[in-house]
Amino acid sequence: MSDSLCAETIRIKGYGGDEVEAYVASPTGDDRRGGVVVIHHMPGYDRATKEIVRRFAELGYDAAMPNLYWREAPGAAPDDAAATARAQGGVPDERLVGDVAGAAEWLRALPTSNGKLGVIGHCSGGRQSVLAACNLEFDAAVDCYGAFVVGTPPDGFPLKVTGLEDRLPKLSAPLLGLFGNDDQHPSPEQVDTLEEILKADDRPYEFHRYDDAGHAFFSVDRPAYRVAAANDGWERIEAFFDKYLGA
Amino acid sequence: MCTYATVNTELDGSAKGPESRWFHVSHGTVYFDHPVHAMADHTLNIDFADPSRGPGARVAVELTASSARALVEAIEGALASAPVEMTA
Repeated sequence: MSDSLCAETIRIKGYGGDEVEAYVASPTGDDRRGGVVVIHHMPGYDRATKEIVRRFAELGYDAAMPNLYWREAPGAAPDDAAATARAQGGVPDERLVGDVAGAAEWLRALPTSNGKLGVIGHCSGGRQSVLAACNLEFDAAVDCYGAFVVGTPPDGFPLKVTGLEDRLPKLSAPLLGLFGNDDQHPSPEQVDTLEEILKADDRPYEFHRYDDAGHAFFSVDRPAYRVAAANDGWERIEAFFDKYLGA
Repeated sequence: MCTYATVNTELDGSAKGPESRWFHVSHGTVYFDHPVHAMADHTLNIDFADPSRGPGARVAVELTASSARALVEAIEGALASAPVEMTA
């Protein structure tokens, strides 16, 4: 397989028909392949997450990441955009779903699409990945240490984030979950709860939990990075997408 | 984790920001979450901003929890050292 790829910034139709920025990457060549929507973490549409988008292209998928903060801060530096969006209350769930739907539609319309789509997110994006898969049709979903997939945020939370327990019955895809055992958001107990819900509902899922890893262990540019967990996690993601998004 | 928690406050002052220019600061956003630059898992982050001038009109600081507490003490100490009539 060639590792040649093309990556660029484009505009897609997002929630409410709004035009939003997206970063997309595709392998060169005309082979049919699956698509992956990447949901960036709360710190923004940043270099590290764009590298993840390119990695999926290198793995053989068309990948797209909508800029969730485009409306608040078009053209701003990723950290400034994240700060602005945060000060304004964050991304509403409904808008997130609409923007992910726009990215999914864009991927499905590609001449290279095999019709199969995955979604992945880290941190806040982990919860949003599950949220998207509960509201949209996907073939595979990946939650990397998303907080509040289950559980109730503390009182007085300024951002309207809720647990997704009531939406999980609508989960449209098998779920891969990757978690650090030293994380408290989600805590190992919350991961247990999520697993119990999926098991009770007979949903296909695959969880992997890593010792000596806390939150954000995939983040290569942060002290939380744990090479063993991140390397194994990437292998799990590759195998999971290969299983569910392959032609 | 992403703590999500965010405390917003109105401010009235100035900050020296992008391109070494001073600008009026009207808003502060305070939160404890992942930093962009500091080598810590979580930091106390403060954005001194003027939203009317766009997302780039911002001075951002990321402080470890202990240094944030030291800053609070220092601010309280500096305010307390001034005559009451000046800081009312």
